[in-house]
Amino acid sequence: MLVPILKQGDYLIASIQSALSDTDLIRLRDDLVEQVGRYRSRGVIVDVTVLDVMDSFAARTLSTLSQMITLRGAETVIVGIQPDVAFAMVQLGLTLSGVAAALDLEEGLAYLNERAKRSRRRES
Amino acid sequence: MNPELRIPIATDRDIVAARQEGRRIAATLNFSQSDLTVIAAAISEVARNILTYAATGHIAIQVVERAGRRGVALVAHDEGPGIQDITLALQDGYSTSGSLGLGLPGARRLMDEFEIHSNAGRGTTVTMRKWAR
Amino acid sequence: MPARDREHRPPVPTDVLSELVAHLRRNRTELREEWVRRITESRLLTSMTKEEIFAEATSVFDNYVEVLETGSVEALQAYARNLSERIIPRGVDTPEVLGIVLLLRDVLARSLFEKYQGDFGLLNRVLDAYEPAANRIATTVGVGFVQERERVIRQQQEAIRELSTPVLQVRERLLILPIIGIVDSERARQLTEQLLRGIRSNRAKVVVMDITGVPSVDATVANHFVQTVEAARLLGATVIVTGLSPEIAQTLVTIGVDLSKMNTVGDLQGGIEEAERVLGYRVLSVGESGAATPEG
Repeated sequence: MLVPILKQGDYLIASIQSALSDTDLIRLRDDLVEQVGRYRSRGVIVDVTVLDVMDSFAARTLSTLSQMITLRGAETVIVGIQPDVAFAMVQLGLTLSGVAAALDLEEGLAYLNERAKRSRRRES
Repeated sequence: MNPELRIPIATDRDIVAARQEGRRIAATLNFSQSDLTVIAAAISEVARNILTYAATGHIAIQVVERAGRRGVALVAHDEGPGIQDITLALQDGYSTSGSLGLGLPGARRLMDEFEIHSNAGRGTTVTMRKWAR
Repeated sequence: MPARDREHRPPVPTDVLSELVAHLRRNRTELREEWVRRITESRLLTSMTKEEIFAEATSVFDNYVEVLETGSVEALQAYARNLSERIIPRGVDTPEVLGIVLLLRDVLARSLFEKYQGDFGLLNRVLDAYEPAANRIATTVGVGFVQERERVIRQQQEAIRELSTPVLQVRERLLILPIIGIVDSERARQLTEQLLRGIRSNRAKVVVMDITGVPSVDATVANHFVQTVEAARLLGATVIVTGLSPEIAQTLVTIGVDLSKMNTVGDLQGGIEEAERVLGYRVLSVGESGAATPEG
């Protein structure tokens, strides 16, 4: 299942549409990293609203994704984690520590904008 | 005896199928939404273990009853190399950076009952149960 | 009865059972009435009207005889569950349920005595068939009732727990969760679920979790609090913990929580001010209008 990636200005938005297998997740990760490089994007939003479960593989992949995107000079934020999913995750010990998370797309964009503002302030 | 649904685990897509079936069956009982997610997560972890360490196996899902309460029993079985040191395997391998050991300690925390039998060279069976409120 | 006879009693033929069941069915009406009379006489089921008692008596009687006949435990358990679901809301309790089932057993036994008293040997065979079946019914119904009541109580406790910990929206994007009283694992789990749902529906960015009213926590519950903070973060919300007593702080440190990573403030008021700061509210000093407005 290919995940559609939307380019919105400086940002890339990946909206997961259905349950993803391990292979799909790796594919998504690699696509995002490649596109960040190609478009010189400053931020990536991964929308996981539809996922009804997040297991260790998914958490690991999102974590690696975030690290790889950082190496390309961009920010990552995961949005749409459902309350039940978040609870199950922390009980499993999957805290996605080091990875930014926001409530939804709107908050995710606000987060990236805020980070961009701060880094522009630092640069000037 | 309630019917048992057996799902073979041989590819990563089977992990998705197993947890969706688990959720579907558990949903027929009086589980909260949160519990259903927890059950799906536990299935995902043990199914992934099968793939990683044994290449193939199966997950059996069954509705069970005890002392007037109903629940779901999940049995993950593989004929893989087995676990040498179960105590070690059940220790929390989770570091703060999120790198993980086997999914077993996490799955155990999520379920009400958890048993594991493993013999080096003779495969592993993990039995988990969760009871509805 | 001579001991010799007892040892050599032949196994009960199934036609004895079917014969006694047929007898009970034939005399259904009188037996049912006798049973209802005894129930009223013993002052049982006082919370039900005469009509209600009669209606239930009819279905209980028919099911009882059916189970005597088939010996099917599943059917009996299902029936017991169903019966309990109906009468528990009516305020019927355990002694009453056991009472009426035993009365029915007695009424039917007396009827069998009356019919077979002429042939002592046959009466014994009839009772050999009847007694174990009747006792099994009484046990199953009693146990089924108790289990159903326990399930209802559990549900009520869950509802009470939920009511006792409201999640309050104080300002836009700011939630307060005041926790009062003993927190056990079950309550901690419920708190977390309520809070997370509250974060999503209120789109909260900051939660002030006040535990001033919590006397103590054990390591397990402290762990739950940590999980709550971690889960809230996954929904994009920061949790500020206030009212942390030295004892609880010690427990957290003991289980390995890095308190510097946890956002803790002395008291609730301080926590709210910190939350407003995080949200970017500018607190106006006296002399300006009383409202606080978001910056930028």
